[in-house]
Amino acid sequence: MNLTTTQPLQVIQPDGGVNGYDPKLSEAELLHCYRAMLLVRAFDAICLKLQRSGRIGFSIPNEGIEATQVGAASALKKSDWIFPSYRDFGMALYHGVPALEMMHNMFGNAQDGAKGRQMPVHFSFVQPIHFVSISSPIGTHIPQAVGAAHAAKLRGEDTVFLASFGDGGTSSLGFHSGLNFAGVWKSPVVFLCQNNGWAISCPVEEQTASDGFAIKGEAYGIPGVVVDGNDLFAVRKVTLEAVVRARAGGGPTLIEAQTFRMGGHSTSDDPKRYVPPEQFEYWKKRDPLARFEKYLEAAGLLNAAKSEALRKEVEAEIAAAARAAEQVGPPGLETVFSDVYAEIPTHIRKQGEGLFDLGRRRGDAHAGDGKFPL
Amino acid sequence: MANLTLLQAINDGLRTAMKDDPSVLVFGEDVGKKGGVFLATENLQRDFGANRCFDTPLSEDGIVGCAIGMAMNGLRPVAEIQFQDFIFPAFDQIVSEAAKLRYRSGGQYTAPLVIRTPYGGGIRGGLYHSQSGEAYFCHTPGLKVVVPSTPHDAKGLLLAAIADPDPVLFLEPKALYRSVKGEVPEGNYKVPLSTLREARAGTQVTVFCYGAMVPVTLKAAEEAAASGIDTRVIDLRTLLPLDEEGVLEHAKSTGRVVVVHEAPRFCGFGAEISALIAEHAIEYMEAPVVRVTGFDTPFPNTLEHHYLPDHRRVLDALERVAHF
Ligand SMILES: Cc1ncc(C[n+]2csc(CCOP(=O)(O)OP(=O)(O)O)c2C)c(N)n1
Ligand SMILES: [Mg+2]
Repeated sequence: MNLTTTQPLQVIQPDGGVNGYDPKLSEAELLHCYRAMLLVRAFDAICLKLQRSGRIGFSIPNEGIEATQVGAASALKKSDWIFPSYRDFGMALYHGVPALEMMHNMFGNAQDGAKGRQMPVHFSFVQPIHFVSISSPIGTHIPQAVGAAHAAKLRGEDTVFLASFGDGGTSSLGFHSGLNFAGVWKSPVVFLCQNNGWAISCPVEEQTASDGFAIKGEAYGIPGVVVDGNDLFAVRKVTLEAVVRARAGGGPTLIEAQTFRMGGHSTSDDPKRYVPPEQFEYWKKRDPLARFEKYLEAAGLLNAAKSEALRKEVEAEIAAAARAAEQVGPPGLETVFSDVYAEIPTHIRKQGEGLFDLGRRRGDAHAGDGKFPL
Repeated sequence: MANLTLLQAINDGLRTAMKDDPSVLVFGEDVGKKGGVFLATENLQRDFGANRCFDTPLSEDGIVGCAIGMAMNGLRPVAEIQFQDFIFPAFDQIVSEAAKLRYRSGGQYTAPLVIRTPYGGGIRGGLYHSQSGEAYFCHTPGLKVVVPSTPHDAKGLLLAAIADPDPVLFLEPKALYRSVKGEVPEGNYKVPLSTLREARAGTQVTVFCYGAMVPVTLKAAEEAAASGIDTRVIDLRTLLPLDEEGVLEHAKSTGRVVVVHEAPRFCGFGAEISALIAEHAIEYMEAPVVRVTGFDTPFPNTLEHHYLPDHRRVLDALERVAHF
């Protein structure tokens, strides 16, 4: 059976109509999706401001990708696992990771789950869903998702594993070994390629000569499906189909979600240096949030007043999280030395003691009372 | 002479090599239109065309593997790896291939290529935009490893690396890209590889350091001078092949040595210097060789200023060694 597609699936029409498609979601669930998208946009905007005013060092713009993130996340159960990329705020927010926990990471403070060791946006959560610790090297997590899926399969569990990466990520070694292993093992994995047109300044034509990315699944014996990534229902539909197939033992799927990054690659990047202005204009008209709002309005679930109220509420929530996270101090000096191993080896302990000793002798406020606590 | 930042000096070096030698190509991720994420290759594509300076797919393995093939077949590739932290997919190509090609073919095939890559901390880059991985590569016979610390040397060493018949890993201290400025001669000049530079004259203690640790050490040396310690600072510039004779001469002449690097200590480059001195100059030494290094932990983010050796830590070592 050849399941591979080359034309992007669309569900939500520009006028908000869905041609009889039934999302099988309650009003509350639909509004939860909408709220998650609003949360991403607010989180994004506030992080940009925090970075511009020098209060955090770095952020990754997510504007324009919200439907892909939330649509895909909505197809997963809380017992499933996400191996995210760094541009997946919406997957965490949809599943109920508190904005405050994410803000602790953005500030790298003492309450950050990763103890301020990682750059901003390199989140790691085990609750309320496994949102696996993000690594900067591109593509390394793809075979890891396959291994985790294989573990679940061997134990007879029906957990599904979603690995998310960009168009650029398909050139990494991890992409190819990951898809190859998953094809051979029929692993319960959904590979989500977020084709946002660019890998920093490199357009997709510089990334591949193939006709898109979904077709790359073929060679590994994996169905590849193309979807309009700015269409929440379309992304949800194809991801759900892939998840259901994976859960039932039908093996992996490669999904290519076609979308666009409305901001820079990161706060250090100026996309105007390389993205043609027409692309911004084209995609601005296809804003995923506006498109879902049209649907909700057409379905009688949203009006201007309600949307405005929700937006304000969400912005207040994120702003409060940012204020709270900013109040928290830096992690303790001992966190430089802990968690390298399960048990701290002597040579690392000595280095820690040496740093505290230096602080004591030369007067360093960070060293606290000067005792190495580990 | 122009007064350039280290970053501008690298751009100037690339430009000079491309002008003088049509076989020099510059490529990597985002080096074309964007000019590199740090702008080291700014306007090279505009000025030399997309056949000479171009973007590649996102694959370090592909970048270095293709560079080796180009080098085998008459080109002088200068590949950029966006951050040294992302070089590891290419580790196989560097260690198994580029470094061994001459040896395994009895000199029939060679890989005269340069891999440029920014390394080191100081930009709040956390675990994966801060590492100093020189030790992995210094353990690789067949490879040359170069680390400039001034604009003058950055250009001159880069031009020497590009002209060199062997593969060179050119580690650029990103913390110094825009923070140091200096006089840079025009045109093609080369700073010979495997030569040391005396960054500061002194008679009592010698500090061996390289890259971003050079200014840190110079600052500590100034402070030490105030308390009567006269410190010589040697910028190693080329780690492999190391000018061992030069290192030993300096060690013998002061009898007191400190080594500074920001990479982790265990099996770091300081161990090599220390062992070299222990083997060949122990009778001249008046104090143990002391290493000031990054810790044997991954590179943290918020607390990176505690991880990185600073002038206080170097000063502390200078005082210990001087008063031993
Ligand atoms: C192995 C590796 N090489 C290079 C980089 C630097 N880098 C970070 S993001 C990026 C582009 C990624 O593009 P894509 O996969 O399309 O994801 P997007 O950022 O568009 O979401 C690059 C080159 C890296 N992180 N890892
Ligand atoms: Mg992309």
